[in-house]
Amino acid sequence: MSDYKGVVVYCEIKGDKILPISAEGLGVGRKLADSLGQELWAILVGGGIINLAQTAIASGADKVYIVDDAQLKDYQPDAYLSVLEKATKQLKPQIIILGQTDVGRELAPRLAFRLGTAVTMDCVELAIDPDSKRLLQTKPVYGGNAQAVFITETDPQIVTIRTKAMAALTPDASRKGEVINIPAQLDASVIKSKITDRVIEEVAGIKIEDAQVVVAGGRGIGNADGFKQLEELAKLLKGAVGASRPPCDNNWIPDTAQIGLTGKIIAPEIYIAIAISGSSQHMSGCSGSKTLIAINKDKEANIFRYARYGVVGDWKKVLPAFTQKLKELITA
Amino acid sequence: MNIIVCVKQVIDPEAPPASFKIDAANNKAEMRGAAPVIDPYGEYAVEAGLRIKEAKGGRITVMSLGVNLLREVVKKPLAMGADELILLEDEALTKGDGWSTAYSLAMAIKKRGNFDLILCGREASDTNAGQTGPAIAEILGLPCITLARKIEINDSKIKMERVNSSGYEVIESSLPAVVTVSNEIGQPRYPTIKGIMAAKKIEPVIWKPADLGIEAGKVSQRTRINKLFQPVHEAKCEFAAGETPEEMAVNLAVKLREARIL
Repeated sequence: MSDYKGVVVYCEIKGDKILPISAEGLGVGRKLADSLGQELWAILVGGGIINLAQTAIASGADKVYIVDDAQLKDYQPDAYLSVLEKATKQLKPQIIILGQTDVGRELAPRLAFRLGTAVTMDCVELAIDPDSKRLLQTKPVYGGNAQAVFITETDPQIVTIRTKAMAALTPDASRKGEVINIPAQLDASVIKSKITDRVIEEVAGIKIEDAQVVVAGGRGIGNADGFKQLEELAKLLKGAVGASRPPCDNNWIPDTAQIGLTGKIIAPEIYIAIAISGSSQHMSGCSGSKTLIAINKDKEANIFRYARYGVVGDWKKVLPAFTQKLKELITA
Repeated sequence: MNIIVCVKQVIDPEAPPASFKIDAANNKAEMRGAAPVIDPYGEYAVEAGLRIKEAKGGRITVMSLGVNLLREVVKKPLAMGADELILLEDEALTKGDGWSTAYSLAMAIKKRGNFDLILCGREASDTNAGQTGPAIAEILGLPCITLARKIEINDSKIKMERVNSSGYEVIESSLPAVVTVSNEIGQPRYPTIKGIMAAKKIEPVIWKPADLGIEAGKVSQRTRINKLFQPVHEAKCEFAAGETPEEMAVNLAVKLREARIL
């Protein structure tokens, strides 16, 4: 194990930017590297991305390895995986950090199992064990009902991190670092599956993942009409409407609005949970919200254990009065 | 089309959170008073398999690894319409980690042979890891496509739509392949009475480590769990005061405005 050294962050690129989650990876990676007395590296894969190296350095990297090739301009899982596999075998890092994104979700486990090591997905906390110097990987399990701390006994120790769970460093443009090119040397025979089309689905209004405010309803809303009242509040707050699983199962609202283990995992500034009891399956999708406000007629509902503010009452009476008063206050 | 679907018996994720308890000595969790279920995403994988079978014909083999597998639980995919059930039911096989689980399943898939497609749920509701599908693909050297919301099979090729944060990607691959299924594929069907009766007549095949060429007691492990705990949520909810729901609502709005939250 001892010949593995260094912490490396796979920096995901979208458009012409490094994703915020990758900057968060560099932020926590910096801490881990410092505590091990090792270097922090970034790996960038794409086409025409050389100018992003400095961003990675400003965000904490000591060295940036760049695999820049026109054939890598768009994400292709098999090609990207083979590039990462080769880079990892060459660099022999002790720790590899990826984001828990739709790309990280598949690259991280495939890379780990291809290299014969293990991966811990969706970590919310990473630290070095003072005695063993191994990586303590904390992740939610059982839909957020519990957390588990894992230790990987093989190197590299691979993890993905949950969005907004770790802090990025304030970018420092004066930081210095080294930029190293790695040739892609793509071998066509590794490409077994291919992305042939990318479809962006327009959603009316604000996307739920990007919304600062989410107004969500549960089984107690009762029907599709009920959700219109939630929409009114969401519109007032320039937010999006979400739901727990039962309203989606009953077609009161499209599946794309579902928050939870079998839906979307979001972390808005404000989450307003209306007639949602707070099952673990739902909470795993919204427990990262900064401020949670709950309206529920059952004072014992689990949702109040997570809520910062609450009203115990029938939403049909609470919500119209709440929306009306808020409208007055906001326009005043 | 011969399809293998991997499913897992888990504690019921829809049970009230109050019944969730941790057995700290064994780093295990349980839902008191709630029966286990087939993992929700696993049911989506079964549904995806059944739709392909309806369109193209074929046979669906369900595999599950675990101990104390309740027959009425693990037979649910059969009741939904799957054809056979193979259980890797042995204490030794559950002693490992995500790697050993995937390895055991991969060995069982190899032993079963004659397959075109392997389906898994995108992640299990207990470990929330999403590793088993990709791991099986890597161990068997097969193409791996994750997060399917639509699957089409044409002339031994698979075309599918993969969910991502802005919409979806269309992916094409040769077969056999491993595909993980997301909930966007559509609601799993309920077992019919006829299906339940048919499932009763199917005896699961049980494979032990020796059947898979795995030496019991030598299950390879790369990860260990250091601690399992319940994060403490301090009840710090400020309830809005008032005589009526409307009054409470108004007071909440005022409070949130004053605190500059809204």
